Amino acid sequence: MLEIEDISNDWDGLFSLKGVSLKIKEGEYFVILGPTGAGKTLLLEIIAGLYFPDSGQVRISGNDVTEEPPEKRNIGFLYQDYSLFPNYNARSNIEYGLRIRKVPKEERDETVERLASMLNIENLMERDVTTLSGGEQQKVAMARALAIRPTLLLLDEPFSALDESTKDKLIEDMRALHIKEGITTLHVTHSQEEAMILADRIAIMMDGRIVQVGMPKDIFFKPKTSKIAKFVKIENIWNVDVIEKTDEGILVGLDGHKILTPPNRSIEGGTARLIIRPEDIVIGSGASTSARNRFSGKVMSIEQRGFYNIVRIDCGFNVVAAVTRQSIEELEIGVGDEVRVFFKTTALHVVPR
Amino acid sequence: MLRRNPLSFIFLIIGFGIILFVGAALFNLIYKTLFLNTDNFIAIMRDPAVLRSIWLTLYTSFIATLISIFFGIPIAYVLARHDFPGKQLIESIIDIPIIIPHTVAGIALFSLLMRKGTVGGIFESLGIVFQDSMWGIVAAMLFVSYPFFVNSAKEGFASINPNIEKVARTLGASQSHAFFHITLPLSIRHILSGAIMSWARGVSEFGAIVVIAYYPMIASTLILYRFNTGGLSESQPIAVLLILICFVTFLAFRMASKKKWRK
Repeated sequence: MLEIEDISNDWDGLFSLKGVSLKIKEGEYFVILGPTGAGKTLLLEIIAGLYFPDSGQVRISGNDVTEEPPEKRNIGFLYQDYSLFPNYNARSNIEYGLRIRKVPKEERDETVERLASMLNIENLMERDVTTLSGGEQQKVAMARALAIRPTLLLLDEPFSALDESTKDKLIEDMRALHIKEGITTLHVTHSQEEAMILADRIAIMMDGRIVQVGMPKDIFFKPKTSKIAKFVKIENIWNVDVIEKTDEGILVGLDGHKILTPPNRSIEGGTARLIIRPEDIVIGSGASTSARNRFSGKVMSIEQRGFYNIVRIDCGFNVVAAVTRQSIEELEIGVGDEVRVFFKTTALHVVPR
Repeated sequence: MLRRNPLSFIFLIIGFGIILFVGAALFNLIYKTLFLNTDNFIAIMRDPAVLRSIWLTLYTSFIATLISIFFGIPIAYVLARHDFPGKQLIESIIDIPIIIPHTVAGIALFSLLMRKGTVGGIFESLGIVFQDSMWGIVAAMLFVSYPFFVNSAKEGFASINPNIEKVARTLGASQSHAFFHITLPLSIRHILSGAIMSWARGVSEFGAIVVIAYYPMIASTLILYRFNTGGLSESQPIAVLLILICFVTFLAFRMASKKKWRK
């Protein structure tokens, strides 16, 4: 549906895109995840036609639109700052695109009513938009983008200026909306949570390049490089020596310990990096686990991080485990205690160094 | 509110010194004219030469302001939205009239626009004469007042989130539609305020005008002429009349520009 081919752009040396290519399917919810300054917004603005790329092509439904101005592309765009027209009320904001298209009043009213009811903002229609809360403004902006029946919806960090509870509610609404309307959506964000909840597929963008594209589980559990692993908050990245490749997997050595990892054709021999999410590390007696990789270690620190506790363990190599508060209490773990650490071979992921 | 904020209260008292200074000068003039020489003031108000000069001052400045708006809005928008080589040079050129003495400005304009001047000659062949004419007054007023308009409009455009224009474009607006329906209405306060300042600056100009167009006499020229020939009693009432008219007009414009501009 949307094809971006080898887009490059240098924007005053501040942001640049270096040969970005992507294919997004009809009806797909696609998230581009990347740190601030990766060039995500610039890419969206190029897709929308607000900037023209130095080279490369943008195709929508098979048509090359690279040179088309934004008003000819029929793309809905939502900015983080809502960008509502402060000189119009909520209704006039939503109607803006329809007025330009000279849609008759009855049809405009019908569209506004439908979108307002879908987004639960019927009572805000006559309000001055500067008096609306952040969440309300974002809903009006969403209705405004949807009113033109866009072929593609581009969302630029749409929830990052909202408080947590409003954000959660809007993410939920967004999901329901996508299921109902089925509009092909490209959403850029630095929030992994948003990506995990909303995305059909995710692309990781770093320094102006797409470095990995995949299903959410591939991105978060099988990052292609240790840099991506770090970005998706995998803290266990170990440098290992490849001992041998067997039918079962790859046997690697880590500070004198042997660990069995799943097979990976891109690993030839020599050294590699082993990656495992902190959530996949189990601490305990080991009685109830079939995990093959078992180690002993000493708890170095325990710190609260959100709803998890991050436990750092020295097993001769550093292991970071994410454990619930309840588990900590049940296991009666404290700093300095000796513990047993387990992880399944299937939870491990090995990447070239 | 101020009592609970001692520093602001002290600042207000100190700041009041400047208000007192300006206020005393104006009050003295107005009081003496309106209350001690009322008959003289009434007579001046009926003097056609005085009324003509005041009217000339107000409308030439109005024309200068319209020209500032016409040429100033585009350049202000470009300066607010884009960075390009030479931008600082353009901004400096725009600010020059604020820095240079007004007689210098008058001489520069006279040399360019006089009947025998490079540009003045061309305009004369088109029927527009600057030297000692209304257009000379407009040119001098434009020269000294446009920076106030351009700078205010630029500030207005810069204060508008560029994403708003971008969203308008994605919704189907052409560049000019987005500008005239979104950006311009949103900047209207700055534009009006710039226009008022520019108009007021034009009204208050004297130095550049006397060099290029001593005649027809604008109010300031007439005040000086009457002061030199008839002293305070002849010049003071004109000054007061000009002050009152300008004050009322200025206040009215200001209030109009504070109005909410919404759809």
